[in-house]
Amino acid sequence: MSQAATHHDTHHEAHHATGITRWLTTTNHKDIGTMYLVFSLIMFFIGGSMAMIIRLELFQPGLQFVNPQFFNSMTTMHALVMIFGAVMPAWTGFANWLVPLMIGAPDMALPRLNNWSFWILPFAFTLLLGTLFMPGGAPAGGWTMYPPLVLQTGEAFPFLIFAVHFMGASSIAGAINIIATVFNMRAPGMTLMKLPLFVWTWIITAFLLIASIPVLAGAVTMLLTDKFFGTSFFNAAGGGDPVMFQHIFWFFGHPEVYILILPAFGIASAIIPTFARKPLFGYSSMVYAAASIAFLSFIVWAHHMFTVGMPLAGELFFMYATVLIAVPTGVKVFNWVATMWQGSMTFETPMLFAIAFVVLFTIGGFSGLMLGVTPVDFQYHDTYFVVAHFHYVLVTGAVYALIAGTYFWLPKWTGHMYDEKLGKLHFWLSTISVNVLFFPQHFLGLAGMPRRIPDYAVQFADWNMVSSIGGFVFGASQLLFVWGIVKCARGGEKATAQVWEGAHGLEWTVPSPAPYHTFSEPPDASTIEGGMR
Amino acid sequence: MANAHAHYYVPESSRWPILATISIFVMFYGGALLLNHHASGPMTLGAGFLGLVIVLFGWFGDVIRESEGGRYGNWEDVSFRMGMMWFIFSEVMFFAAFFGALFYSRVLSVEWLSGAGAKAATHQFLWPQFLADWPLLKLPQDYGFQIAKDVVPAWGVPAVNTAILLTSGATVTWAHWGLKANKRGHLILGLALTVALGAFFVYLQAEEYHHAYTDLGLTLNSGIYGATFFLLTGFHGFHVTMGTIMLAVILFRSMKGHFKPEHHFAFEAVAWYWHFVDVVWIGLFIFVYWI
Repeated sequence: MSQAATHHDTHHEAHHATGITRWLTTTNHKDIGTMYLVFSLIMFFIGGSMAMIIRLELFQPGLQFVNPQFFNSMTTMHALVMIFGAVMPAWTGFANWLVPLMIGAPDMALPRLNNWSFWILPFAFTLLLGTLFMPGGAPAGGWTMYPPLVLQTGEAFPFLIFAVHFMGASSIAGAINIIATVFNMRAPGMTLMKLPLFVWTWIITAFLLIASIPVLAGAVTMLLTDKFFGTSFFNAAGGGDPVMFQHIFWFFGHPEVYILILPAFGIASAIIPTFARKPLFGYSSMVYAAASIAFLSFIVWAHHMFTVGMPLAGELFFMYATVLIAVPTGVKVFNWVATMWQGSMTFETPMLFAIAFVVLFTIGGFSGLMLGVTPVDFQYHDTYFVVAHFHYVLVTGAVYALIAGTYFWLPKWTGHMYDEKLGKLHFWLSTISVNVLFFPQHFLGLAGMPRRIPDYAVQFADWNMVSSIGGFVFGASQLLFVWGIVKCARGGEKATAQVWEGAHGLEWTVPSPAPYHTFSEPPDASTIEGGMR
Repeated sequence: MANAHAHYYVPESSRWPILATISIFVMFYGGALLLNHHASGPMTLGAGFLGLVIVLFGWFGDVIRESEGGRYGNWEDVSFRMGMMWFIFSEVMFFAAFFGALFYSRVLSVEWLSGAGAKAATHQFLWPQFLADWPLLKLPQDYGFQIAKDVVPAWGVPAVNTAILLTSGATVTWAHWGLKANKRGHLILGLALTVALGAFFVYLQAEEYHHAYTDLGLTLNSGIYGATFFLLTGFHGFHVTMGTIMLAVILFRSMKGHFKPEHHFAFEAVAWYWHFVDVVWIGLFIFVYWI
């Protein structure tokens, strides 16, 4: 443990408020990180309950439990809650906790803005989730909000638009803060090419956020004026074009996909070397691959709209650009595998989730390649194959990395080791059930079952039932995750500063739990080994 | 890192962010009620707005007191600079969405509606009499819209406004020279001129909107041209208004003796913002009014 770490600035400690005021007014990156993570976990369960309703209705053909309108609300809200409420805030929570610790900074660069970024979220989601109780129901036109369908939303419509604006402000403020922190607050000696990969992937994510979220804000603003102020952006009768919304939306939407997954790459790049007890293979190629993926994400958006009737040149360009992403992604996957090669591996819970991430995310990547090929997509578009693809990428990709990261850094956050047996049980139950849940959806899609539909032809019945059973088990398994976290927060074996035998990096030089203020004095440059080691 | 002093200033807890959130939440809630025709909408919206104004005074007041109290050195300054720079970049991307809509409809979708490319069937089966044109006054469907008689010509008020904004960009730079040379009167005069030019721009823009609505029949409801015209110039006008208010705050602070030749981030942030609205206007003048 370094001298620098234990030397706090007592001046700040004295003024730290208590009770609810502490949380409402805090400027501390660890407090704010914790709030982000707890909020995201709550949203994960709200969005998860919606998924349970969807799988319950799809358990058998026919309409059993909910009416089609409510079913459509569930698919729409499930996506919005999981993307904007669960995964994105979770990443910002990880960044808040870890970026200052990893780069040896005393806090985030703009601490008051940081508090604002977080506190927007519960209020934005009050606006969004409140629509469930409004006349006309919650938005049911899909999270992509395509006009003209979305314009049929009832009283919920302006609440949906303003909620998106509000969440967007939170994301932009958070991204600006992370950029200012990384570029201005690094400890002396922490050069850019020494940054842990999680920090690198987050900077790239932050640039994606700043460039793409304002475009979403513009798109939904046009929806608002089309609905209430008589404009015709998306109305062909006035010279506009409904397909134009899809272009603007996906110009945001595709970078958004990488916003959800790039920090996951950073987490895998932290965990795999630790438990393989080897330095990360190909550090600089990992940085360049992440940057290439981010660049390409801005020129592939129309692969979400191959079937809308684009000119042939458009179809070809977006196909080639899309499959090109497989190259830097492949670099990453090979590097993770090469890191494990001849490593002295152990399989604690974070490592299990990280390895499952590499394998299952790659399955999602392959199905993405299939969808990226235009003529093939004509067959798969809007089927369950697409649903299977993006759930492999987002659940066994982003969410698995979040779970892996949680187990990995939980001892640093709480000061206690989590229950390893419980963690392993959580892993095996989740990993078996998630494949039972999503793998059959590939078959359903290839056989032609459309997505976003509450009822289906009887030939799809068997695999839907299998998928629903997987879904219920997967949902229930996540209660073990919460139990594990609560247990770890309340007590358990004391964690050392380094926690893991193979762990390297500045965050492992401070005590566990990390003190309220760390690196008020910058750490000694000689302790900085950097991401390459 | 440029450590002017070893300790980065981390402010103590602050109540402003949560109060800002609550005010904006009330504004959004009131705005949504208003759009849904609930009687309580305007009051709620107004209450939220009032709250936000109070919060902005409080929040910026704290920052100004800290700045004048010497809490910020070069290290903190760099964070603020990066924050402002990337905030402006996010604004650029917001405008990009609307410019994108303008280019897409002008180059692609309006042409497709009259049968360009492989879209002969679209033309044939939807509105066979429609002819592509820009500015698009005669719409595919002739009912349900306010058909404009004409558009605002580039070489009238918009050209004057271009000159005004370009001049104001020069006056704010001239004021900056005054600040760096520690000439207070020079600084105040430069800023006052800039504020006056900004306000005059907003006045002329309001006159132009009035003319468009009453004489030309060009409204938000005049099809894709009206939509892109008013949203682009409207958001720009809103940004000029905000920029003018920001300049006025800086002018007021200059008169109270704030800022030093080597330490005046707030001035520079506002100046950057002002140049940004200037550049956006050049884009508007060329692509919305002129060509």
